[in-house]
Amino acid sequence: MDYILEMKNISKSFGEVQALRDINFAVGRNEVVGLLGDNGAGKSTLIKIITGYHFPDSGELFFDGKQLYETSVAKARDMGIETVYQERALADQQTLWRNIFMCRELTNKMGFLDVERMRAETLSLMKGSMGFTSTAVTPDSVVRTFSGGEKQGVAIVRALHFQAELIILDEPTMGLSLSETKKLLQFVRDIRNAGKACIFIDHNVFHVYSVADRVVVLDRGMVAGQFMTQDITLDQLMEKMYRVAQTGHLD
Amino acid sequence: MTSHVNQEEVEQINQARRMQRSALSNLLRKYGLQIGIVAVALLVWIAFVIGSPRAFLALPIYQAFMSTTPFFTIIALPLTLVIIAAEMDLSFPSIMSWGMVGFTLMFTWTGSLELAVLACLLCGLIAGLLNGFIVVALGIPSLVATIGTQFFWRGAVLVITGGTGASLIATQETLLHHVMVGRLFGKIPMQMLWAILIAVLIWIILNRHAFGAHVYLVGDNVESAKLMGINVGRTRVMVFALVGVAAALSGLIASLEVLYYWPTLGEGYMLSTLSSVFLGGTSVFGGTGTIFGTFVASFIIGAINAGIVAAGLTGFWTQVIYGLIIVLSVSMHSVLRRHLA
Repeated sequence: MDYILEMKNISKSFGEVQALRDINFAVGRNEVVGLLGDNGAGKSTLIKIITGYHFPDSGELFFDGKQLYETSVAKARDMGIETVYQERALADQQTLWRNIFMCRELTNKMGFLDVERMRAETLSLMKGSMGFTSTAVTPDSVVRTFSGGEKQGVAIVRALHFQAELIILDEPTMGLSLSETKKLLQFVRDIRNAGKACIFIDHNVFHVYSVADRVVVLDRGMVAGQFMTQDITLDQLMEKMYRVAQTGHLD
Repeated sequence: MTSHVNQEEVEQINQARRMQRSALSNLLRKYGLQIGIVAVALLVWIAFVIGSPRAFLALPIYQAFMSTTPFFTIIALPLTLVIIAAEMDLSFPSIMSWGMVGFTLMFTWTGSLELAVLACLLCGLIAGLLNGFIVVALGIPSLVATIGTQFFWRGAVLVITGGTGASLIATQETLLHHVMVGRLFGKIPMQMLWAILIAVLIWIILNRHAFGAHVYLVGDNVESAKLMGINVGRTRVMVFALVGVAAALSGLIASLEVLYYWPTLGEGYMLSTLSSVFLGGTSVFGGTGTIFGTFVASFIIGAINAGIVAAGLTGFWTQVIYGLIIVLSVSMHSVLRRHLA
């Protein structure tokens, strides 16, 4: 298989806590990978390595076939890795357009902002992919006033707008209403239809199972196992998850 | 049929009205603080005109404002960026004096005013970068770090100068003196033009440059700024560096104005500078604030100073009132923030 992202024998410790141990993990160019695991299994650390926030202590990291020797969030975003965080990484007191273009401001060579173009693009995004219909919301609206679903929409549109090759969704359904969740799951399917890759992290096994091509189970900093969703029923997957949580083994 | 059309028209008019109303409320929400600060400025001015019409309806008192207020306006403008970034800088009064040590030493050694000005600004830059380094690299809260550097630079100044000042008579009638503190058309103090120029520059940096955008984002939600790839450390170091340079420049202007350098230069500017920023509507929690607000507020603060004297109160009152202004404007902002959320 052709991989957009490959991680070989990745380990990472914080002080005495070993968060990840010899992780082997890969995402295909046009694949939705579900990442499951209990709290403390190492999901967040794994994601933060992929997004360039942390660098692994040991192991090899490949993106688009090229090995990476140093990373930063800005570099990862330039390569085409975008993330929708559970903390809803938005700046609440800032306007919508400033949030959409956070750290990706449209500027001239001297770094001066092209405010009008950012406003215009935000407006077209709002009408298109974000589905804002209320006239009360403008590109100059402050994000603090948005509902949870609207904020999630902003974060997702932001990830999509920059033509990411790999989109990471970190607990995206947390705090969403039923209809918002449904919209989100459709969005994940759209990523696959657009030929892009996605890592989908969620506590909810149902959500992951319904959209992922492959499920990877993390436990205590190690990969406990992985399955193609077409080869396993939801019941079997649930059972294995319980067993991992209790014994640390899948079978 | 006609009634139907009429109804449609009425509906359209109603909708237009609704949109107008929401446009007005949007405008208020967006520029409310700026409108507020201008209203406060007008009120203070009217109060003073009523209180002492002879002083406040004549030109000299405005010339006095324009000559002394820029000393702290010039620092309050970049300090607004520091506070928007959710940091604090209390070291600027000492940096004002530290920059002048660079100026006087270089001037004595080389006799070159150009080199002396350069040395002055460089001293300010170094002090600002040091603040940034302590905060970013060592992770010390900026409030504590800059209290430390405030004492350090004041101490360094007193050790180097031995506590004695230096005359700047030699600068009189030089180009530098005319450009920095001369009188345009014999009336408008040049430092006023510098304050306006710096306000425009800082406004552009804050509102029309990626660096300014990052200042807002770092102050609003530092975790999301990091996750989105903003270089938080560099942004913080640069805001401290800006205040350092501005403080040195302000120290230079204040000294040239009186043609004498006092080692105690800067003492007494802490309150007026901070109260300018907070009265101007910059949030003590970071993330919001405007250059316009700080600029107008600094002249309110300047006017209050003059007004207190004109009203026949002793200068001791100024501290009481500045202290009140800081506490009131910060609390008001905090209350507003909770209610608007």
